[in-house]
Amino acid sequence: MLTYNQMVVDKLTDEAVDDLFHALADATRRDILRRSARDEPSVSRLAEAYPMSFAAVQKHVAVLERAGLVTKERRGREQIVRSDHDAVRRARLALDRLEAAWRGRVDRMSHLLEEISDPDDPRTGGRDR
Amino acid sequence: MTVTSVDKDFDDLTLTLIADFDASPEQVWELWADPRKLERWWGPPTHPATFERHDLSSAGGVSYYMTGPDGERYGGWWQVTAADPPKSLEFTDGFANDDGTPNPEMPTTEVRMQLTEHDGGTRMELRSVFGTREQMEQLAEMGMEEGLKQAVGQMDALLAA
Repeated sequence: MLTYNQMVVDKLTDEAVDDLFHALADATRRDILRRSARDEPSVSRLAEAYPMSFAAVQKHVAVLERAGLVTKERRGREQIVRSDHDAVRRARLALDRLEAAWRGRVDRMSHLLEEISDPDDPRTGGRDR
Repeated sequence: MTVTSVDKDFDDLTLTLIADFDASPEQVWELWADPRKLERWWGPPTHPATFERHDLSSAGGVSYYMTGPDGERYGGWWQVTAADPPKSLEFTDGFANDDGTPNPEMPTTEVRMQLTEHDGGTRMELRSVFGTREQMEQLAEMGMEEGLKQAVGQMDALLAA
């Protein structure tokens, strides 16, 4: 059970890192991020700025959204893109990451204590790294 | 489940976590007090920690680094503010420069850890507070303009925080 939880925490963390890495690995997406940090462009206004289709720009925005870097909001017929500047949301993000880090630590502490109390148990001995 | 409860206060930027272990307070304290044991749980499996200096007396301090999958290093330090073995430990956790000295431009977190006997085992109550809201926002903002490498490094550092 503990091992399973540890795997889930590691996997979630890895996925979050992968999403961020992927989102920032593209020059167009970095530019979209800069523009949405300066003001609140609509997807159609962003699409005018790049030599690509509306759908392609929308896809880029979706990648940024998945990585938690921007939010999308419907305003009338427009979709407004905003980089996440709301302090509460940022606090949530920072605390969520801190929580994931500590949950991982507590699971490793628990493994280590099992190993120390029963070093001959093949289920715990030396498996944890 | 080892983690019994988690409380996040978004106004006070505080994480409070309660965990129950099937071990004595002395055994749990040893996980903090013995640097070789501490190394086995402080960093995530992808970023194991190495403690170079480890003195938990209140005048002492701790310095460590975490090693990433490609050998990159992220330095950290603790300034111990109170230690009462095997009951409690309070310290400031921060980022270090490459030479191990504290990086004053990077955020810090205050950590308070308390151990009490509970149901034949040990309850660990951990409280972690970001230094200031500005520091927390700095952590969240970094990487926006500074490109891929630093953003990912920041994330690793956050995971280590």
